[in-house]
Amino acid sequence: MDLNKTVGQPISRLEGKLKVTGVAKYAAEYEVDDLLHGYVVSSPITKGKILNIDISKALRIPGVKDVLSHENRTKLAWFDLQYTDMDAPPGTVFKPLYDENILYNGQPIALVVAEDFETARYASTQIIFEFQQETFETNLRNNLDKARPAKKGFATALKPPPPPPTGDFENAFENAACKVEAEFQHGTEHHNPIELFATTTVYEGKGKLTIYDKTQGTINNQLYVANIFGLHYKDVRVLAPFVGGAFGSGLRPQYQLFLCVMAALHLKRNVRVVLDRKQMFSFSHRPPAIQKMRFGSDINGKITALGHSAFAETSNFEDYTEPTANWSHKLYPSPNTLFEHNLVPLDVYTPMDMRAPGGSTALHAIECTMDELAHQLKIDPLELRLINYSEMDPSSKKPYTSKALRACYLEAAEKFGWSNRNPEPRAMKRGNKLVGFGMATGIWDAFQFPARVEAMITKDGRMVLNNATTDIGTGTLTVMTQIAADELGLSLEEVDFQYGDSKKPFSMFQGGSAITSSTGVAIVVAAKALRKKLLRKAAEMDASPFKKAKEDEVIFSAGKMHLKDQPEVFISLKEIIASNKGKAIKTTNLGKPHMLKLRKYSLATHSASFVEVEVDQDLGTVTVTRAVTAVAAGKIINPKTAKSQISGSMVWGISKALHEETIMDDHLGKYINANLGEYHIPVHADINQLDVIFADEKDDLINEIGTKGVGEIGLVGMPAAISNAIFNATGKRIYKLPIHFDELI
Amino acid sequence: MQTEPQDHLFTKQNTCAVNLKVNGEDKKLFILPWVSLLDGLRDHLHLTGTKKGCDHGQCGACTVICDGKRILSCLTLAVMKNGSEITTVEGVAQGDNLHPIQQAFIDHDAFQCGYCTPGQICSAIGLIKEGKANSREEVKELMSGNLCRCGANVGIIDAIMQVKDGGSGE
Repeated sequence: MDLNKTVGQPISRLEGKLKVTGVAKYAAEYEVDDLLHGYVVSSPITKGKILNIDISKALRIPGVKDVLSHENRTKLAWFDLQYTDMDAPPGTVFKPLYDENILYNGQPIALVVAEDFETARYASTQIIFEFQQETFETNLRNNLDKARPAKKGFATALKPPPPPPTGDFENAFENAACKVEAEFQHGTEHHNPIELFATTTVYEGKGKLTIYDKTQGTINNQLYVANIFGLHYKDVRVLAPFVGGAFGSGLRPQYQLFLCVMAALHLKRNVRVVLDRKQMFSFSHRPPAIQKMRFGSDINGKITALGHSAFAETSNFEDYTEPTANWSHKLYPSPNTLFEHNLVPLDVYTPMDMRAPGGSTALHAIECTMDELAHQLKIDPLELRLINYSEMDPSSKKPYTSKALRACYLEAAEKFGWSNRNPEPRAMKRGNKLVGFGMATGIWDAFQFPARVEAMITKDGRMVLNNATTDIGTGTLTVMTQIAADELGLSLEEVDFQYGDSKKPFSMFQGGSAITSSTGVAIVVAAKALRKKLLRKAAEMDASPFKKAKEDEVIFSAGKMHLKDQPEVFISLKEIIASNKGKAIKTTNLGKPHMLKLRKYSLATHSASFVEVEVDQDLGTVTVTRAVTAVAAGKIINPKTAKSQISGSMVWGISKALHEETIMDDHLGKYINANLGEYHIPVHADINQLDVIFADEKDDLINEIGTKGVGEIGLVGMPAAISNAIFNATGKRIYKLPIHFDELI
Repeated sequence: MQTEPQDHLFTKQNTCAVNLKVNGEDKKLFILPWVSLLDGLRDHLHLTGTKKGCDHGQCGACTVICDGKRILSCLTLAVMKNGSEITTVEGVAQGDNLHPIQQAFIDHDAFQCGYCTPGQICSAIGLIKEGKANSREEVKELMSGNLCRCGANVGIIDAIMQVKDGGSGE
């Protein structure tokens, strides 16, 4: 019989209408009674102490309710551990308004609370601070002597240190027939979602709070607030049904949440705190990094030595690590390897995961080094990848659960027209423009977190599902609805996936391209339990034809349960619930990775990006005229939303290669382009043709639904592919991102 | 040197009455003169469809249509628009019938998080009305004041081109 499956169909985003009509509400947009507005005061100094704060002028302004600082803040938790969060790196978590110490420029040092936004903002200019400044260090390169491996902690589980050396790297590299040694430099980047970080706290009384927050993890922030302010976690509800982008910045609670909750508890009022764009540069960021690469090969291009040493910034209070040196050996076999990732603590805020953390930084260095190797060997860059292709993971010697990278290479190369490439730099021209083709490989993790889902069939035959995850624009609502609808043979309209609420069953934060596999698997597990319960209930009914039916002998379609062998025998889900006295039949189940089975495998998504650039011969300006990215990420639940994830990531790749960078003035210890006019991201005019291919990759091992995640894999290969295309166009290899026109003139 | 706060500035005597026709309805605002049109819409009229992304005229999320032209509501004081007709994203659809641009945005998956979307939609409607953009390149150029951090650029331009070419952009 016709099982009308929605998985694999290009379904338009289910919340689309709410978003195009302006009905969708984000954290700062909830209308609550008697709302007070908080405005954050940021430290103008980089390091030192606050000696004195004079708030008397600010307090005299009509409408100002209070000014909170370390001098008069409410009582807080004592132990550092109580400030931690699910994504906290090893170290001591930053505690806003805790004491007089200034750890970084832009640190929040006070919160003005007033009747309206304008008054709070004005009053913030009327507070007089006296500081004692200390010397500081913010430059990565000048402080490489402080480099050391990261401390280990809870977060190390998801971000393992590089594997130990193998073989005799120094000797192998020294004696390699062809060798490339290069140093790559990446600047700081800020996530800059267009929605400003914001929190609206509703003071419910009796120790209860309802909090609308911008976050990627409702439960993460719920526990954070409960721990710090000594509230019962059940009395703290964090809601984030719509999140205006986050890209990693919402993986940890940001300080506006802390300040907003503190003000609400202190004043026993509803409070909203919204950061301004400049303050969006005052917390997490992608750390600047210096990567030293040494790859060697034999005369035929077979790699004999892989060396990757990374130096990345962290703060002086936490050891943030993004995995960099781990990637090359997951792609290319080599008998001799040497991998290091070292941190340089500086007087900045702790860096944080930003879309494809580590991967996008590392793959740029790895794949540009590969390109140079191909150039020196006079081997086609794609051919060099195929010469070093590995079906298994060379770094762990384990097979991949699936790896359709070869198909990615070939399908993308075909679509792109790679065979038309002239390997000689500066050989291809279009009028006054030099034309270059470049390619690169991408690899990313295929994570799955444990998740719990409550699923029920209601008396009107609808399926309701509950899970605490967010949908940060990834399409989570739509894909979860698709997965659930297929499991119970319902239409999308009959499924109601409820999310973005810490009161709902457990979800980790939405990061690492993991949520489709995490909540999706939990839905499959819960749906199975639900089908079993429905069958049991149906079998109890008088003269039920399902009395002897086993679970695998029934199918669910069009709101009914049928006998598989006699599809004309059926009962509707509504009737089953009616026989349960109209009470919903429900179940709550845990979906989790099959750790024991998966321990024998390596898990990853792969991609191949091919890029054409035009470089103006006189002005050095670069245009990415077209790009193709082929992705192998297991099953694609929704090709429409998944394609947007990949093409959006490709835009991020273009941005990383050519546009975005936060510039630190090391004399001031301060970012000097903290606004969207000077922090460049691509505008519409910068983006041309982007093609996305999903390679067929069936993966029965990875999890119940065969998904591997699409949030980040589209980004990792792009920066190197663009850099390599620029080399092909100009003959210049630029080792620093972003690449600016002045380096190409 | 800090100046003495001008306390009197913040008293009710300084509030101004501003008359706006917003999405076809007459609205009266009593606000201080330095309240932006954006904050007037969001905080005072509770029309939060218009978004604040930078408050500096750099991101375009606050774009609304004022007397037929697209403007940045964050760079506009509400008092400057006394008597004007404002259309925000909430007023673009005709009841339950989406504006063709809105439908095209859904069809082309021209957004992900949705936060820049109201500004993109108002800007696109304004752009089509201006009639200056003929080619895809021109549309891209004249939409470049509206940033999209999710990278939905291709879908956004595809959606606008479809409506523009279909001639139903009015």
